[in-house]
Amino acid sequence: MERLKFATVGSVDDGKSTLIGRLLFDSKSIFEDQLEHIETVSKRRGDDYVDLSLLTDGLRAEREQGITIDVAYRYFATPKRSFIIADCPGHIQYTRNMITGASNVDLALVLVDARTGIVEQTRRHSLLVSLLGVPHLVICVNKMDLVDYDQSVFDSIRHEFETFASRLDLQDVTFLPISALAGDNVVSRSANMTWFEGPTLLHHLENVYTASDENRIDTRFPVQFVIRPQRADIPDYRGYAGCVAGGVISVGDEVMVMPSGLTTKVTAIDSPAGPQNEAGPGKAVTLVFADDLSITRGNMICRPHNRPRSSQDLEAMVCWMDDVNPMQLDKIYTIKHTTNVVRAKMTSVLYRLDISHLHRESGVSSLAMNEIGRVTLHTTAPLFFDDYHQNRTTGCFIVIDETTGQTAGAGMLLSPRS
Amino acid sequence: MKTELGSLVDESVTIIREVAAEFENPVLLFSGGKDSVVMLHLAVKAFSPARIPFPVMHIDTGHNFPEVIEFRDRCVAEMGVRLIVGSVQGSIDAGRVADVSGPRASRNPLQTVTLLDAIAENKFDAVFGGARRDEERARAKERVYSHRDVYGQWDPKNQRPELWNLYNSKHQPGEHFRIFPLSNWTELDIWRFVGDNNIELPSIYFAHRRPVFRRDNMWMAVTPFLQPEANETASEQMVRFRTVGDATCTAAIESIASTVDEVVAETAVARITERGATRADDRISEAGMEDRKRTGYF
Repeated sequence: MERLKFATVGSVDDGKSTLIGRLLFDSKSIFEDQLEHIETVSKRRGDDYVDLSLLTDGLRAEREQGITIDVAYRYFATPKRSFIIADCPGHIQYTRNMITGASNVDLALVLVDARTGIVEQTRRHSLLVSLLGVPHLVICVNKMDLVDYDQSVFDSIRHEFETFASRLDLQDVTFLPISALAGDNVVSRSANMTWFEGPTLLHHLENVYTASDENRIDTRFPVQFVIRPQRADIPDYRGYAGCVAGGVISVGDEVMVMPSGLTTKVTAIDSPAGPQNEAGPGKAVTLVFADDLSITRGNMICRPHNRPRSSQDLEAMVCWMDDVNPMQLDKIYTIKHTTNVVRAKMTSVLYRLDISHLHRESGVSSLAMNEIGRVTLHTTAPLFFDDYHQNRTTGCFIVIDETTGQTAGAGMLLSPRS
Repeated sequence: MKTELGSLVDESVTIIREVAAEFENPVLLFSGGKDSVVMLHLAVKAFSPARIPFPVMHIDTGHNFPEVIEFRDRCVAEMGVRLIVGSVQGSIDAGRVADVSGPRASRNPLQTVTLLDAIAENKFDAVFGGARRDEERARAKERVYSHRDVYGQWDPKNQRPELWNLYNSKHQPGEHFRIFPLSNWTELDIWRFVGDNNIELPSIYFAHRRPVFRRDNMWMAVTPFLQPEANETASEQMVRFRTVGDATCTAAIESIASTVDEVVAETAVARITERGATRADDRISEAGMEDRKRTGYF
């Protein structure tokens, strides 16, 4: 049984928290004491019905103000799959929150209110899903009960979205008509929308095919930690621990170490579950090599004929997330990329993206909080990387403000424009 | 190992290694409770065949179940790790905190002072904890690398964004991070891992007979630190503990599950959350955990 990590995106008004509550409630993943608790709170506040959003709003300020402030994580399982929900609030600091929650998910679920259809926020969220390279997108047209379960409303929203989304890089989009409040097509099929022949939301989540989402071709292994036991019984052991970032590494493979360019052979793969013959993406392993080479944290293991790019001059889409200090050209930042930490200067902003209308705005020299732009940067040492769309793990980086320590930006490396 | 747990193990091991690589002086909080035992086993796996490159620390309220302390000491001896004990009694003796009294008194909240003092004294910059996001509402919102200012405070409204698998370890002198590698594990995952790896746990996690009494709809154990009041009567019941902490605020549940497999089966159909069933400290207020965490609690 595998695990599916998905992000839910939308604002309070879209009924997102209600949908999550519904998923947990109908799949019997809510515990009695949790239910009792939110029933008590709902009653005390004088709500007409039990407010399922209280399940995810965990912080004092959120409950007092009735809003969601930060990404919340929820866990549930069905006999088919385990699920991790990253619940991203949509209305405040939406870019920052959504990127935090959606950066490494398998699927994003965007809610659309059937009464209002595609709004600016839907376009923004979908653009971010596209930029982040989330492999699967589900558009839930919610509150169908408030439009009399009318098929033509659903069809026109779907058509409008498809027209807009043709300009984005979305690989797999599914549309579902639902009512989170009434429970239509969430866990059980709706008797009110017999015209809809697709799956329920839960059925879709249980069955969406994710095995081909990871890059199993291009071998990438950023060295994270060198294991030298200092033990008399194994005096010569040198293991290179890390997490496979791409491809499949097998015992006997000839590999190359970057930046030295030296080659050697994999003689053993140790893992938390014992020795392995091979290791694919996401596996935390320790590699042992035939030759005693100088290899340190931040080096990249690859195949001699399939190497990542290596450069100090980079181009990336950067989302700025620092609410105090905007991105400045020629200021020195720390960049963390795989297991490498380097210093860098942003050298130019090629354009800023108007994320509501997909326009490119030129003549910009800074990015403020929640703004996204294509920038060039120069690093103090080469990075070993791939285009983000080839490999999310070797194509992403974070920007750290050296004065405040804040995670100020998130970057996705791209091939330079020709 | 089953693939389902495998991805959680890979994630946790990667986080533990990253901390060892980036911080100067990490420590792993180890109480002998099941989550911290799983943490210790994951740390062993992360650095095998080398030793774990950091010590473990227990914040000891002095109000423990003796089986757990015996287990704690045996476990660290077998694993060959160094144990540091931060003593709440020591903090009381030094006048850092005032002891609590009365029939409902618990030293549980006093631990924060002892913990922060021990972190400062040992200059720890990264403190591993076994907390999970499924445990509690406030924890569901916390980052894997959770920043603490010089006062040890958590600021839930101003958390650093955490993207992809890239963790930001930057901090000023005197600040530290709490690190939660088990963030994405559930109670059931913990028990499955314990079963798959034949991990020993303190005996009180399994069904046994013990004198208990009813308080606030929970079974509290009769111990030297906690006695029934006049209107409460002690009786012997078949119970086990779902969480293990300070004896004055950790309740038992009725259970006949005496093996890991039986506990897994019981956990899979549990209708009450782990902390809801057993922790008196979370019942203080709606935001009990958040308020304690803000001031530096685990």
